[in-house]
Amino acid sequence: MNDIVDYSVVLSLLLFSIGILGVIVRRHPIVMFMAIELMLNAGNLLFIAFARHLAEVNGQIYALIMMAVAAAEVAVGLAIIVALYKYRAEVDVDAISAFKG
Amino acid sequence: MSLLEALTFFPLAILAVIGAVGMVVARNPVHSALFLILNFFALAGIFLTLLAPLLAVLQVIVYAGAIMVLFLYAVFFFIQPGQRFTLAYSLPAQALLGSLVIIVLFTLMLYTLYRGSLFSVPSIGAAESFKRGEIFPINAFGSVLFSRYLLPFELTSLLLLSAMIGAVVMTRAPRNKNILQKKGITTEAQGSKDE
Repeated sequence: MNDIVDYSVVLSLLLFSIGILGVIVRRHPIVMFMAIELMLNAGNLLFIAFARHLAEVNGQIYALIMMAVAAAEVAVGLAIIVALYKYRAEVDVDAISAFKG
Repeated sequence: MSLLEALTFFPLAILAVIGAVGMVVARNPVHSALFLILNFFALAGIFLTLLAPLLAVLQVIVYAGAIMVLFLYAVFFFIQPGQRFTLAYSLPAQALLGSLVIIVLFTLMLYTLYRGSLFSVPSIGAAESFKRGEIFPINAFGSVLFSRYLLPFELTSLLLLSAMIGAVVMTRAPRNKNILQKKGITTEAQGSKDE
């Protein structure tokens, strides 16, 4: 274990674990969403590390497409959170346990 | 791993971990967002050391620029006088159990990688071509993206369009006046519960 790719994989695992911890520990929906973004970034890092490992460009293209998907996901997710706030005016995610009109 | 790589990778990795941990720990969601921006910048530097300059630039523009500005707008938009954002943690027992699960998961993933063949297989020719400075030129990236991956690329634009339409539709102003009145009542109830 002396290549930069190996350390990148370990860093990616660490960031992914911290992201899961953020989703578990925090209650604020926007902060939970940020933790999900962190997990997506850890996946991106893994793609790019293996793209270097295999000396191929395909992994980087997957990472590029993943960035676009993450942007779309953020737009939709934040819109859902905004709509929930607009109708419920509550902060805790446990209070938002049911979708009702 | 050359000395230059080590000198750039490890400080950036430490910064990335600091940003991630600070994002989880910070009580204020604005501080969480700023820590996450630190994490994104450190990851952009790591992408540079991993020979992905285009993705490093896109990481700064898209993630640290667009997405985090969207997050900060969402946070600022919802800070109202009656709302408390700082009581946003789980119970201590839940947090402890969650940390335990995460530690077990992390060691399990690391052990799987260690038992697998990743850490023993040398990388395929990347170091040599990196020394010659000919790996991953940007025109190779573009030619592969617009030939083999043309269909996913176009589908991505469709996805972004549909996400934009969905976001606009979902965040319309409510036409019903009763909903606004209900919201006023619940806000007062929430504020009085917090006192």
